Amino acid sequence: MTTAVVPEHPVLSTHGLTIRFGGHVAVNNVSAEFRPGTLTAIVGPNGAGKTTYFNLMSGQLPATSGSVRLFGEDVTDLGAPQRTKRGIGRAFQLTNLFPNLSVIENVRLAVQSQAGMGLNMVSLWSRHVELMERAEHYLHRVAMADQRDEIVGTLPHGNKRKLEVAILLALEPQILMFDEPTAGMSVDEVPVILELIHQIKAQGDKTILLVEHKMDVVRSLADRIIVLHNGFLVADGDPTEVMSSPIVQEAYLGTGVADHV
Amino acid sequence: MLKSILSGDFPRSRILSIMLVLTFIGLAVAPFMLSGARPLNTAATICIFIVLVASYDLLLGYTGIVSFAHTMFYGIGAYGVGLALDAMGPSWWAVFTGLASALALALVLALMIGLFSLRVRAIFYAMITLAVASAFAILASQLSDFTGGEDGKTFKVPEILSPGFKLIEAEIFGRSIDGKLLTYYLVFTACLLLFLFMLRVVNSPFGRVLQAIRENDFRAEALGYRTVVYRTLANCLAALIAALAGALMALWLRYVGPKTFLSFEVMTDILLIVVIGGMGTLYGAVVGAALFIFAQNYLQSLMAEASEALAGVPILAQAVHPDRWMLWLGILFVLSVYFFPTGIVGKLRNRK
Repeated sequence: MTTAVVPEHPVLSTHGLTIRFGGHVAVNNVSAEFRPGTLTAIVGPNGAGKTTYFNLMSGQLPATSGSVRLFGEDVTDLGAPQRTKRGIGRAFQLTNLFPNLSVIENVRLAVQSQAGMGLNMVSLWSRHVELMERAEHYLHRVAMADQRDEIVGTLPHGNKRKLEVAILLALEPQILMFDEPTAGMSVDEVPVILELIHQIKAQGDKTILLVEHKMDVVRSLADRIIVLHNGFLVADGDPTEVMSSPIVQEAYLGTGVADHV
Repeated sequence: MLKSILSGDFPRSRILSIMLVLTFIGLAVAPFMLSGARPLNTAATICIFIVLVASYDLLLGYTGIVSFAHTMFYGIGAYGVGLALDAMGPSWWAVFTGLASALALALVLALMIGLFSLRVRAIFYAMITLAVASAFAILASQLSDFTGGEDGKTFKVPEILSPGFKLIEAEIFGRSIDGKLLTYYLVFTACLLLFLFMLRVVNSPFGRVLQAIRENDFRAEALGYRTVVYRTLANCLAALIAALAGALMALWLRYVGPKTFLSFEVMTDILLIVVIGGMGTLYGAVVGAALFIFAQNYLQSLMAEASEALAGVPILAQAVHPDRWMLWLGILFVLSVYFFPTGIVGKLRNRK
């Protein structure tokens, strides 16, 4: 699928988004728009506010000022569950799973939420075969079908990361936010995730946001790069253009992240 | 069939299965196996505590909510039925009126405590429930005209449940079919149904969300579950079931009083049973309640016998003197928590 010539309306946008922790402004007046069918990489040195920006958009943190719009609706005052229900899905950087539940159960909880079945108290969860099948489908997509019944807390790190992605997919979101999806993965596991993101992008209707340090990953996937530095948006645009701009060179070369470039 | 009754939640341990079956059979036939008031009283208390503790485990073990207000809801159920029977006379109408108002009050209180305080951190929630429960207990003992104060109130139950009532003249297995027996089976059946209902709840999609909240409430929110709603619902459900357990206990004892229903000792008993049995598994409530209530009622007499048998041995006879039964009960708790940190059920399930 080719990129749409006429830019569609943004599905997600931030306007002057700011969060202050005491005296520290972690995200400072960041405005950006995200359109369907695009993959935007958000880069920047450690502590630049990338994950905080993600948290502000998906509702994990309340904004100090500014606003977030989701499908044209102002969602600034809504919490994470409501934003998830409206189609924003999040995979976390530090693994954030249900450690004492099994792999399949972790995914099924996402499927169940998506199906709006959480308040059902009287039917047996195991009777909902269709939910189970969907959960299995997503496990399959991250090549984890064999670990189906293992307890999540005992999984190796790479598998936890893959499970994180499976849970994100199971929410069937319109907007997918990946926070360093391949960090800490072994070399042979990385392609599975990258191929997956590539496939989602190729569908053409989803909006993907990606926080990533590895520049080769960014280059191969991103249509657009946003650079954050000390909470400010310092560059936004075409990948080659952004990467060669002086301000980015300075921000990156100053911090040693350039090793990845 | 069995899968449907147990909601697909099997004991998953042979020893545990045997223990559960024995407890079930023991409680089911208790009136015919044992004579005298005390064994039957123990059996009824076990039934009611299984439900009470299981409903607390919905909060603590499944949802990860630490509440100290569980005895308050238990007391509300008991006082509701007791005071209604006392005021309106021994009729079923009084039982239902009392029960309905108790359930309504429990629901309102649980909802309020939940909505106001489940947003705050766990430790604050625990403190708030403690404060509300203490206030309620003081209120119950101070309003002595209404509640009977510290002494509580004895009352008459509907005729069919009163000890003097005989359903049939003949005896079955040497046991007269009297009101006490009928009350026992009312308690037994109600507790069995409530337990199976809770087993269904924890194995429903809703129950899985509760476990998810216990595991990682941040992530549960990110999946789209509004944890405040789920926590509040769990709180209400547990409160209603505790109130029902209290109502059953009041009918069984034909008495309500603050020490039996509202004291902090009842709360610590519940906590101990949950921990000993195993948190996050309703079968833990069964095993824990059976062992605990049995020990509470019989350890003293067992020790009296042991002490007599050891009468010649100087120190041992002193050590197991029946007056020291509380000490031994305490030691048993410490040992069981030390050796079974995941509870008896957790230990049995991990044996493989």
